[in-house]
Amino acid sequence: MLQINRVTKQFGGIKAVDDLSFRVKKGSIHSIIGPNGAGKTTLVNMITGVYKVDSGTIFLDGADITNISTDKLVYRGICRTFQNLEICENLTVLENVLLGFDKYMDKSLLKSCFRAKSIQVDEARYKQRALHLLGLIGLEKLADQKAENLSYGILKKLEIVRALGTSPELILLDEPVAGLNPKETQEVSNLIKTVVADEVTIILVEHDMKMVMQISDYITVMNFGKKLAQGTPEQIANNEDVIRAYLGSGVVC
Amino acid sequence: MLKRYNINRDILTLSAILIIVPFFFQNDFYYEIAIVSLLNSLICIGLNMLMGYAGQVSLGHGAFAGLGGYIAVILGSKYGITPLFSIFIAVITMAIFAFIISKPILRLKGHYLAMATLGVGIIISIVLNVEDELTGGSDGMSVDSFTVFGYEFNSSLQWYVLCAILLVFTIWMFTNLINSPFGRVLRSIEGSEKAANSVGINVSHYKSIVFVLSVVIATIAGSLYAFFSGFISPSEASFSHSIELVVMVVLGGLGRIYGAIIGAVILTILPQLLTSFEDYQTLIYGAIIIFVMIFMPKGIASVYEDLKGRLFASNK
Ligand SMILES: Nc1ncnc2c1ncn2[C@@H]1O[C@H](COP(=O)(O)OP(=O)(O)OP(=O)(O)O)[C@@H](O)[C@H]1O
Ligand SMILES: [Mg+2]
Repeated sequence: MLQINRVTKQFGGIKAVDDLSFRVKKGSIHSIIGPNGAGKTTLVNMITGVYKVDSGTIFLDGADITNISTDKLVYRGICRTFQNLEICENLTVLENVLLGFDKYMDKSLLKSCFRAKSIQVDEARYKQRALHLLGLIGLEKLADQKAENLSYGILKKLEIVRALGTSPELILLDEPVAGLNPKETQEVSNLIKTVVADEVTIILVEHDMKMVMQISDYITVMNFGKKLAQGTPEQIANNEDVIRAYLGSGVVC
Repeated sequence: MLKRYNINRDILTLSAILIIVPFFFQNDFYYEIAIVSLLNSLICIGLNMLMGYAGQVSLGHGAFAGLGGYIAVILGSKYGITPLFSIFIAVITMAIFAFIISKPILRLKGHYLAMATLGVGIIISIVLNVEDELTGGSDGMSVDSFTVFGYEFNSSLQWYVLCAILLVFTIWMFTNLINSPFGRVLRSIEGSEKAANSVGINVSHYKSIVFVLSVVIATIAGSLYAFFSGFISPSEASFSHSIELVVMVVLGGLGRIYGAIIGAVILTILPQLLTSFEDYQTLIYGAIIIFVMIFMPKGIASVYEDLKGRLFASNK
């Protein structure tokens, strides 16, 4: 489904991502792991058009999507969540999820100013769908709460739900359980495994090895912007290079 | 029927106040202050949409209103175009102008955006001062009377009615807009541009649209003010007028639908109430603003909304 060909991104003297290539199979959960600063977020930013690649190409189902802007990629079925939470704190939980459905909504000025019936009808329909999504992770009771009043863990989940609103074919989750307690981690893990993975291809960037090993179909390991190893969870768990890289950076599997 | 057209309690209250208030007007001066309040309210609604909802500062809206007014006036006096049509052309011109400058300017954030809009505003004000063949320079120029299809506006009451209707209509459209998906997009831009972008929203496109809308409203209000007062001078487009508008919006309540009106009305009337203090007028004016901002940091409208929330909590 997704094909990364020799992409490179340089910041000043640092090659954050260096001549990296790999493929992601449709319907799989493909994890990307690696020590801090390995270039994982930079890679996500290139795939989602936040950063322009210095060189290389990215293909989605055979179509070149290199350097297409983030908002246009959403219409091609790519959506992402952020390592450092990006939630609209001035909106309610429900409004944040409705934002996910934005690409389907009619926002013509005249119709909005004159309260066109069609907009009202659509809004009611998307509200139902948003509440349904919230229900999947037990957040529907918080629908009318302002996001600024809620805990980090809840907002992390909310971000995933918002992304689901765009009905993505490929979703990129950048450290979805970072900062969550074990119970929340399990909930998010279940959400990804049961709900998301059903219809959506997932690229998962995560430091939580237990979770990665549990739910991944395939793993790509990065170090200093390069691909260090790839394989199934078992293959990776027994890979000498990977163990060395992680021990070297002090992260314990 | 009220429900069908989304005519809510607030709009009815506003309309009622606008109808009742003139009965207390003792002379034309009262009308004049009221009309200026209404026109400032209009500009502030647009500015509030930009600042309070989409989170983009502008220190240039006084200048945009002034320039819009000049364009309408000059078209009328130099080219003999009827007032309504010249306002229409001014609106189109200013919309194009706003759209063009919005692309580079609204890429900036926070203080830098403030500086850029400030810069554009000051340039406008200088141009209006210097181009004296067209604008009459710092002396300003007189404006022909306002006629609509031959019907002449010559009494204060006519102007009051016109501005009041315009305000109610604008606030009705604004309420609808804010409560629509479009409004949610604006608020999401204030909340997190990255989040908005990540769900497919072209942030810079929407920033441009609100900016253009707010400039269009400023142009209409600025033109009407020129026709109403029969005179226009560069002070309309001055830096201090731009600042005054921002203070109105902030004091009234950023991101509150009625904040703009409350702020504009209070700050238009206040200086008149304080004239008896003579030398101390500005001091007291400043002190009142500081006082309000300390005790109502979210603006006066926030207090009103809290009160309303408590009063009507039971019938919800
Ligand atoms: N916008 C930027 N400007 C300059 N340098 C950057 C930028 N973004 C990332 N880098 C650098 O690129 C390298 C890779 O960063 P990146 O955030 O992609 O790592 P990561 O694998 O996501 O790490 P972590 O696990 O800590 O999130 C780091 O050295 C980082 O300092
Ligand atoms: Mg990262």
